[in-house]
Amino acid sequence: MLVIDNLKASINGKQILKGISLHVKEGEVHAIMGPNGSGKSTLAAILAGREFAAIDGGSVSYFGRNLLDMAPEERSRDGLFLGFQYPIEIPGVSMVNFMKTAINEHRKYRGLEPLSASDFLKLMREKKELVEIDSTLTNRSVNEGFSGGEKKKNEIFQMAMLEPRLAILDETDSGLDIDALRIVANGVNKLKRKDSSVIVITHYQRLLDFIVPDVVHVLYDGRIVKTAGKELALELEEKGYDWIKKEAEKTEESWRVNPQ
Amino acid sequence: MESKPAVKDRYTDLYLNNIASIEKGSSPFMNSFRKEAVERFADMGIPGRTNEAYRYTNLDIWFRHEFNSYFMPGPGDFERAAKFSCEVEDLDVHNLVLLNGFYPSNNGKLRQPGSGITIGSLTENHYGRYAASDTDGLIHLNTAMASDGVFIHVPRGMVPDKPIQIVNLVYSKEDIFNQHRNLIVVEDNAEATIIICDHTLSPSRFLTNAVTEVYVGRNARFSIIRVQNEHNNAAKLTHTFIHQERDSQATSINITLHGGLVRNSTYHYLGGEGASTNSAGLYLTDKTQHVDNYVNVDHAYPNCTSNQLFKGVLDDVATGAFNGRILVRKGAQGTRAYQSNNSILLTDDARMDTKPQLEIFADDVKCSHGATVGQLDENALFYLTSRGIARREARLMLMFGFAHEVIQEIPVEALRERMDTLVMQRLRGELSRCASCMVKCG
Repeated sequence: MLVIDNLKASINGKQILKGISLHVKEGEVHAIMGPNGSGKSTLAAILAGREFAAIDGGSVSYFGRNLLDMAPEERSRDGLFLGFQYPIEIPGVSMVNFMKTAINEHRKYRGLEPLSASDFLKLMREKKELVEIDSTLTNRSVNEGFSGGEKKKNEIFQMAMLEPRLAILDETDSGLDIDALRIVANGVNKLKRKDSSVIVITHYQRLLDFIVPDVVHVLYDGRIVKTAGKELALELEEKGYDWIKKEAEKTEESWRVNPQ
Repeated sequence: MESKPAVKDRYTDLYLNNIASIEKGSSPFMNSFRKEAVERFADMGIPGRTNEAYRYTNLDIWFRHEFNSYFMPGPGDFERAAKFSCEVEDLDVHNLVLLNGFYPSNNGKLRQPGSGITIGSLTENHYGRYAASDTDGLIHLNTAMASDGVFIHVPRGMVPDKPIQIVNLVYSKEDIFNQHRNLIVVEDNAEATIIICDHTLSPSRFLTNAVTEVYVGRNARFSIIRVQNEHNNAAKLTHTFIHQERDSQATSINITLHGGLVRNSTYHYLGGEGASTNSAGLYLTDKTQHVDNYVNVDHAYPNCTSNQLFKGVLDDVATGAFNGRILVRKGAQGTRAYQSNNSILLTDDARMDTKPQLEIFADDVKCSHGATVGQLDENALFYLTSRGIARREARLMLMFGFAHEVIQEIPVEALRERMDTLVMQRLRGELSRCASCMVKCG
């Protein structure tokens, strides 16, 4: 489904991603962990199509297409979803109008008629229940005045509405109390299908108690320095990131001394 | 403070050459103001760029143009005007149509649509009391020469069953300069909602200089919503004076959808304790259009509240200006006065000048002002597109959301909804033609 090959990217001349390779197959849950500043959010944003980093090399293929050539809206219509770490407040744009426009753009792309008002409202109601989101929130402007937890739930609500093939959740757990965390994770698990995949980006292990990954990657200083099964997350929780850093620096050093 | 003498003289000459016919078509009461007004105009002239309140708006090229006389339209013209239906036609209102500033049933013929309300041509009482200015000669030019307009009177304690709509049409095969005058009197404990729609019906060049005086009695409620949709070859100068007595509430909203040059001056006088006023505006401009909103809020008594909210989106090489003055007089303790002006520039060549002006002579006062000029928020655009919404549509949604905040201030729900639709159409570029208008705007 998603093949990232040796992706390099920089922001304002500073290299942030230094050659990332990642292969996500249908049905898999990947976790990308790593300390702050390691490039996790940059990777997520590049995959969703935010134009702020320069791509210096490598490729990203999504169902065989060159993902980097696609506009953000095309990526979304083709089933890619980014759950934002910091969802944006948009005063004056109502949640209802926002979701209706998005859903109908997706339908148009698939050659379907727009949803009728009543079908749309029914769909909204259904999905709201799924993510246990306060009913009044959808009557407001997008994220405006939402609490941190409400914003994150709203991301999962949008995910539920759009039913993506590949969801990238960027630190969806940050700032959530344990109850909200459980609701968010339940939402993600309920939405999971056999042919859909999830990339969970997180700093902490605790979300992975609820969303169990098949593969865990550790991103450090723009590189994936370790890939293993779900036990790696527990190890990181126990030992912190320092040992990873040391290990990575050692590799870096030996690479410098003996370049291939 | 003045433009070159030649231009000013042209308008004093216009007065001298036509005063006989102006007076003939008007009421003796209105006529009693003319001589002094033309003298004051002769002193002050047409405001130039050195006049602080007109710093960003160049009227000179408009007043230099050779316009034909603007007097009384013929009966055929009125018939044509009667056929006009405007964008807010489906609104349930008492509807009035003015053509080039003239009320079709001229000379004191009044309509009385129930509840003791009177609507008709201009007459007496309150006339000429509130439209005063020591800096703007155009107001005096209007007093000197305007011969008709609308008079609305809502007696004490009366609440009209529906809003009153004034459709201001400008139609002529020749380039015309027209001036009209409205007087609205809302007595104590009464209510009135007035909708004014400004339209051009033919592609000739037009210059309109309109003055509206409003008296809002004690504990009365008043709203005036002005919707402007004129073509690129039209200049509209409006001057609205709202005089409020104690505990009254007033709302003024200018929605400029289109216009070559638009200048709206709104003067709010809070003339009694506990009065509150709300002044808002929305301007959506493109090509070479210019929209200038001037607001003057005068807090003369204690414990009054005022709120100014002006927002706009400027495209292409359009220009805009906002000048918001808050005056808190000595003794006006407990004043709360707020002002906000936010503009979005869609291109590097669009330009917005914004100038807050606070003059505070009392000490127990809460005042704030803020102005922003910026672009559409890239983060918000990305958020919308990341959900599958095309970039063009996402831009429209953001612009609409931005504009909606002003539309929300409209107190009539049906009009609010209609305005939402109109603004969306305007942003989509679909409002080049009004419902039954033969002029292509833009």
